[in-house]
Amino acid sequence: MEYTVIILLLPMAMFLLLGLLDSKLSPRMAGILGTLGMIVCTAVAYTTAYQYFTQPRIDGEFPPVTAINIEWLRFTDFLHIDLGIYLDPISVMMLVVITTVSLMVHIYSLGYMHGEIGFQRYYAFLSLFSMSMLGLVVATNIFQMYIFWELVGVSSYLLIGFYYTKPEAVSASKKAFIVTRFADLGFLIGILILSFYTKTFDFATLTAAPGTIITETAGASFLGCSVAAWALALIFMGGAGKSAMFPLHIWLPDAMEGPTPVSALIHAATMVVAGVYLVARLFPLFCVTPEVLDFITVVGAVTALYAAIVACVQSDIKRVLAFSTISQIAFMMVALGVARDTDLHAGLGYMASMFHLFTHAMFKALLFLGAGAIIHAVHSNEMTAMGGLRKYMPITHITFLIACLAIAGIPPFSGFFSKDEILTAVMNKSLFWGIWMTVVAGLTAFYMFRLYYRIFWWNKPDYSHHTPHEAPLTMTIPLIILAAITCVAGFIPFGEFVSVNGQPYHIHLDPTVATTSIIIALIGISLATWLFLKENKKPGAMADSMRTLYTAAYHRFYIDEIYQFVTHKIIFALICRPIAWFDRHIIDGTMNMLANVTQGVSARIKGLQSGYIQSYAWIFLAGALVIAIITMCCF
Amino acid sequence: MDLSQYPLIWEYMQPELLLLAATVLLFFIDLFAPSRFLDKWFSAIACVLLVAVTAISCIPGTESHTLFGGMFVTTPMTTMVKMILNIGTLLILLQAHEWINSEACKIRRGEFYELLFFTLFGMYLMISSGHFLIFFIGLETASLPIAALVAFNKQGGESYESGAKYLFTAVFSSALFLMGISFMYAISGTLYFDDIATVASANTALFIVALTFIISGIGFKLSLVPFHLWTADVYQGGPTAVTSYLSVISKGAAAFAFLWVLFKTFSPSPEIWQGILYALIVLTITLGNLFAIRQKNLKRFLAFSSISQAGYIMLGIMAGSAQGMTALVYYVLVYIFSNLAAFGVIAAIENKTGKVSMDDYDGLYRTNPKLSLTMMLAMFSLAGIPPFAGFFSKFFIFTSAVHAGYYILVLIALLNTIISLYYYLLVVKAMFINPNDNPIAAVKSDTSARIGLVICVAGILLLGIVSAVYGYLSGMSFGM
Repeated sequence: MEYTVIILLLPMAMFLLLGLLDSKLSPRMAGILGTLGMIVCTAVAYTTAYQYFTQPRIDGEFPPVTAINIEWLRFTDFLHIDLGIYLDPISVMMLVVITTVSLMVHIYSLGYMHGEIGFQRYYAFLSLFSMSMLGLVVATNIFQMYIFWELVGVSSYLLIGFYYTKPEAVSASKKAFIVTRFADLGFLIGILILSFYTKTFDFATLTAAPGTIITETAGASFLGCSVAAWALALIFMGGAGKSAMFPLHIWLPDAMEGPTPVSALIHAATMVVAGVYLVARLFPLFCVTPEVLDFITVVGAVTALYAAIVACVQSDIKRVLAFSTISQIAFMMVALGVARDTDLHAGLGYMASMFHLFTHAMFKALLFLGAGAIIHAVHSNEMTAMGGLRKYMPITHITFLIACLAIAGIPPFSGFFSKDEILTAVMNKSLFWGIWMTVVAGLTAFYMFRLYYRIFWWNKPDYSHHTPHEAPLTMTIPLIILAAITCVAGFIPFGEFVSVNGQPYHIHLDPTVATTSIIIALIGISLATWLFLKENKKPGAMADSMRTLYTAAYHRFYIDEIYQFVTHKIIFALICRPIAWFDRHIIDGTMNMLANVTQGVSARIKGLQSGYIQSYAWIFLAGALVIAIITMCCF
Repeated sequence: MDLSQYPLIWEYMQPELLLLAATVLLFFIDLFAPSRFLDKWFSAIACVLLVAVTAISCIPGTESHTLFGGMFVTTPMTTMVKMILNIGTLLILLQAHEWINSEACKIRRGEFYELLFFTLFGMYLMISSGHFLIFFIGLETASLPIAALVAFNKQGGESYESGAKYLFTAVFSSALFLMGISFMYAISGTLYFDDIATVASANTALFIVALTFIISGIGFKLSLVPFHLWTADVYQGGPTAVTSYLSVISKGAAAFAFLWVLFKTFSPSPEIWQGILYALIVLTITLGNLFAIRQKNLKRFLAFSSISQAGYIMLGIMAGSAQGMTALVYYVLVYIFSNLAAFGVIAAIENKTGKVSMDDYDGLYRTNPKLSLTMMLAMFSLAGIPPFAGFFSKFFIFTSAVHAGYYILVLIALLNTIISLYYYLLVVKAMFINPNDNPIAAVKSDTSARIGLVICVAGILLLGIVSAVYGYLSGMSFGM
């Protein structure tokens, strides 16, 4: 299946073409070229998926295919960085997700970004991102993944800061970059530790014999945990940074400063799930260190609840969606955390996590693109500028509603099926976390419908200066397509394709869990309806009755302020200042001294180069003799 | 001689024989063709012949052969090195095209190409030798025509002075080298590389003197300190095309030949030559750098930079392993592209304006952005800044030395890299930052020079990233 390399090369070529030509292309041409490239790319990805999943199963599973593998850099006899394409059920699934959402965003942006300065640059960056993200998921080894991992970080940075004249956008892009880079430091150290003990970067080798890492590191332990556990926890730290897990989530809400389609692509559907994908990719390894998986469960559960509470009180619609994304990704993390690879049943969480990743990518992209259409119409992100929009924007309204139902977990929309599998998996493992996650699911329904009613119902603000209108076709078509996918995706027999050990898994609904989750979702929705259908005083009164909690949640529980305090007051003042002094005086001083010595010596010895051939010959001969004599003395 | 060897000679010595044939052919064309035809086509014919020689005979195979009872050796790696030298020579021919066809030079155009090809032939022999006499013949054939080439500019007194200096130093070093191999013959009774290795007893005083003299003979070609003093004067005075030839081709060939001789002949007593080489490397890199930071004339500047680069190349020999050999050949390849990019820019500007001083380059970016960018890439690559090829070549050569355990040596080399960064960046600073009201006017070089520069830039950008090149060389060097 060598042709899959097109999936990477084509967006790369598009990036170079659009990036190098830039303003020499007309914006229209650039948009069309970029979109056409993505269409071809999507077609190839679908072909790959079709061909991969129609091949005969071997021992009941789809065998992984290494389509291409090129040795790029060899360090030692066994350690080398390769670049290649590794196809297995999850990477093929990701190919489909990324190309689909990316294509939708490419089309949508034709309308949304119309007339923006730097339209060509925008499309170039989109192509760069698509290439990096696709390269990340098909990586054959953890180092290739790390390379593309950084590349998605860079393209995310570039796209968040797309409106670089806006100070908020610039600081948001810096924040995103620095926070994720900080997490990636852990990732890199984890990779180095892992490869030091296992002597390979290769995913196939790593996951084929997950026991090796235990035997290799048997003697080594650090602070009470095995080195393997530390390595995997550090790798998870990288994943947690990218996937905005608490407490590394702070960059994601700010990243909403980027153009909305970018938020849909990068900060909802693809890049932020890279952390989930990373854990899934190394899942057999994580299974040999169950303590790390338990840690992941706790981190995920805390994040899910935290983000859901914060989402309930935010007033910027993109921020609500951002926190909802954090919460939903945490669902996937929890699902992975409770899964084990002993058998299909224990591994339900793995399948559920991937399933939710798939459905969430579609309906969350839909929500963001819908939000984009609304912002496009009312020119504001704030809920106060919205209300009663259902009459003005019927298509956006219906598609947005479908997505809200899906995320709330109402059948027959896709989110119900995947979330239900997650809840079942968590319940199987631990009743406590099961109830916890069910509560979060109820909160999800509440804040999503709060958002929905505030945008489309509530009370009309004064639209007199300009009436909102439905978005152009280029924007509504992607909405309709994604909505259609959201309606039917739940019926995909996902377990047939992806499961923890590759064996087909027949999804069946657990009636208790399903009923409970539907009921709790309905309670959430009803509460939202009661509070937000029409403009009234109830929400204000409720907020007043829980003033402390409300304010704390509105300020995201002051996590940003804590970061601010720790970085400025502790790290900058107590650690960085002394280091800076040391650097300026001791290190620079040494360097200056070296430079002065170098210059001085250089000036002294210039006489050696006299220009007289006699002295050259003399030095030549003398040099040879001196060398000979010294050598004789030494040996 | 055994007559049955003749077909084999043709088969195994193809690069040498074809190059010789090409040279003779050029000679006759130069002699008999009408001058209008020559003005138009001669340079092109020379280039085509060189390409043809490369394409027919210098594609590395998989087998090694010997001829004349082991006096002549050819392995995939030697063929590879010959190919690399040809590529470099071709780039120089492209860059020299405009200069050699100018009114002042075209009357002597034929000599330029023929002499250049003859020296190349000499280097082939050096690389493929398995016997000190062949090696010596190669060394001389490579050296003497260069003296004539250095003195090529009849108008300039500097050119003569340089030619004379080169000639004297070359003769002097040849004398020492010859003395070294006669001592070696006195010790071992043979001049075959393989036999010396088995016969010679290492620790006698005579052996050490012989070894030192041999090293000094080759050290002259490589311009290792303290055999380097001719370098700056000759580089400065010679025509730029010849200078670039001296700094890359001549040096690259000598480096490989040096490695070959040391591995083959002196492998039983590595600690002695490694000790000598250790000192030479430290001296070469450090002194080369110390002199380079003071230079104002760009050709002198590159002379000292190339001295310190030779020191880095020697690290590959120190490693004494297949990895070191790969790293050395790769380093030479990258060095050819980087240095020729720098020389190409200097030649282009010197041809039009006659300026070679660093101060003249102030503000060059404003008038000649493309040339400035090329120069910048060349400087970055020479300094070893990632992701350009020079970084990878330094990385690999340092790795090979570290694997052999020379931590302190590599540390010294690394510190010197920092110093070298300073002076390489001085050039970049001059072009991009230094203010200048009257920068050199926009220079328009001819097509062939531009092709040459584009190839160099492509090499600088791609050789590092495309790992297949290193992998290919690596696959070839096993078994050495």
